Amino acid sequence: MNAKRTDFLATVVINLIVATVVGILVFLLAYILISGLPHVSWSFLTGTTDAFSGAGGIGVQLFNSFYLLILTMLISVPISLGAGIYLAEYAKDNWRTSLIRSAIEVLSSLPSVVVGLFGFLLFVVKFKIGFSVISGAIALTFFNLPLLTRNIEESLSAVSRSQREAGLSLGLSKWKTEIGIILPVALPGIVTGIVLSAGRVFGEAAALIYTAGQSAPVTNFGDWNPMDPASPLNPFRPAETLAVHIWKVNTEGLANNAAQLSAAASAVLIIAVLLFNLGARLLGNFLYRRVTASK
Amino acid sequence: MLKQYSFEETAVQTFDDKTSLAMKTENLQVFYGANHAMHDADLAFPKNQITALIGASGSGKSTYLRSLNRMNDGIATVTGKIWYHNVDINEPTVNIYEIRRHIGMVFQRPNPFAKSIRENIVYALRANGLKNKAELEERVEKSLRGAALWDEVKDSLDKSALSLSGGQQQRLCIARSIAMEPDVLLLDEPCSALDPISTVKVEETLLELQKKYSIIIVTHNMQQAARVSSQCAFFHLGHVMEYTPTGTMFSNPQIPVTQDYIAGSFG
Ligand SMILES: Nc1ncnc2c1ncn2[C@@H]1O[C@H](COP(=O)(O)OP(=O)(O)OP(=O)(O)O)[C@@H](O)[C@H]1O
Ligand SMILES: [Mg+2]
Repeated sequence: MNAKRTDFLATVVINLIVATVVGILVFLLAYILISGLPHVSWSFLTGTTDAFSGAGGIGVQLFNSFYLLILTMLISVPISLGAGIYLAEYAKDNWRTSLIRSAIEVLSSLPSVVVGLFGFLLFVVKFKIGFSVISGAIALTFFNLPLLTRNIEESLSAVSRSQREAGLSLGLSKWKTEIGIILPVALPGIVTGIVLSAGRVFGEAAALIYTAGQSAPVTNFGDWNPMDPASPLNPFRPAETLAVHIWKVNTEGLANNAAQLSAAASAVLIIAVLLFNLGARLLGNFLYRRVTASK
Repeated sequence: MLKQYSFEETAVQTFDDKTSLAMKTENLQVFYGANHAMHDADLAFPKNQITALIGASGSGKSTYLRSLNRMNDGIATVTGKIWYHNVDINEPTVNIYEIRRHIGMVFQRPNPFAKSIRENIVYALRANGLKNKAELEERVEKSLRGAALWDEVKDSLDKSALSLSGGQQQRLCIARSIAMEPDVLLLDEPCSALDPISTVKVEETLLELQKKYSIIIVTHNMQQAARVSSQCAFFHLGHVMEYTPTGTMFSNPQIPVTQDYIAGSFG
């Protein structure tokens, strides 16, 4: 077989594989959207759920999902940034570093149910915080840290050594070099990692059932003082998220339109994840252009 | 098979007390783990002159150069003395960040930051506490003029440095170094990635810069060493073999190894 023919065959095979992947994705998305969207209405998006039957709108759950996501990111991004910078730049190549790496690997392979039960026992029961946004956010942080740390470390390590040398040769400290010069270059990779982990967090149910809880008490959206028990921002209130809601409606929903409810909620969940990804990418690109002056 | 030359037979010049020196090394040894890459380098660099370090690939030129501003910290073990303003800057107690602000370095491959041209120059200045806007602008212009780049970029200071050509990037790196107003400038084959025209520009820049700075340049290109340097040191397998005024080195090398290298009949 000559080179041209090989190339042609390889191209055909690769295109077929890509088409299959894209096809599956499009089919899934279309199926979820077509079966769910007709049942989505403004009152569904903003309404409250009947605590007993699970019927009604998903306004509170939608808010909870975003609130939990943001809280989780606020906790996990700084920690994994620190850990990633440490591993990429400061850690020596010795047994302690490989121990840390293995620990991260083990943590990342923990099933989310286990993380959830651990959070339940530690925060909800032992620390008596109860089912709450904060318990959920910390459980999700456990679940999020290993992936984010790995991602940040890899993005930083991928930046050329010569950039580090340039910084150091100007008398900049290691830290200043890392933060001011390496991090901006690594930003697109890091944003991708954050987007991916955000998608996972947004869709996570198992880790939240026992931590953030399965109830979405009606909150007062006019009250933005995080200290008030009825405020949506209060981190100590139970907060059923959209993903948990879908699971619950499907398993124990008593409403007679349970199937439609969960289909509609799934469609909303998917759209929310897509919008979040898009937003994060736009923000990431904007930041990247700002710090690197590239067009 | 490489010809064997005696490491005992060397011709290394020294300077009398009247010559003011920018830097000087005594007994400098560098080890990469068990690899003894630099033996006993004793070199003195006169102020406001360009000194060229030449020698075959792997002879230890970069190793030596990188020791001078402690860029080998954490990579290699460097013993011996490095005198700079009567201080041995090879002491572990020395503030290496401070030292690197006085002894700047330009690398073989242009490595501008992924930032705007202006930001490439002011970033380190700002990090070192220079906040005055007007003063920063002044430094940008002065250093870009110094590196013979100003006319080409003065209208696009906010463009990404990565959009410049290789030669422009390298001159930007020189500008970035001299914006720190160092005393000594170390350059490791700064022209090896550049075309002849950019090379000429960089060389002209260096000749101009030696009025204010002391320059030590590693080069593979003997014509370049002859064109720009006043002193020239020849490295061979981790040893400094000969160190003389450049004219002498090329017209009348003192020892066989240098003679062979200059004549191109090495090994
Ligand atoms: N980072 C390093 N780790 C280990 N050994 C090194 C390192 N850098 C250089 N060496 C070794 O030190 C010796 C001298 O290398 P050096 O880079 O100083 O040579 P050079 O004269 O600059 O060569 P070239 O002209 O190719 O740049 C070589 O044997 C090389 O293998
Ligand atoms: Mg070299």
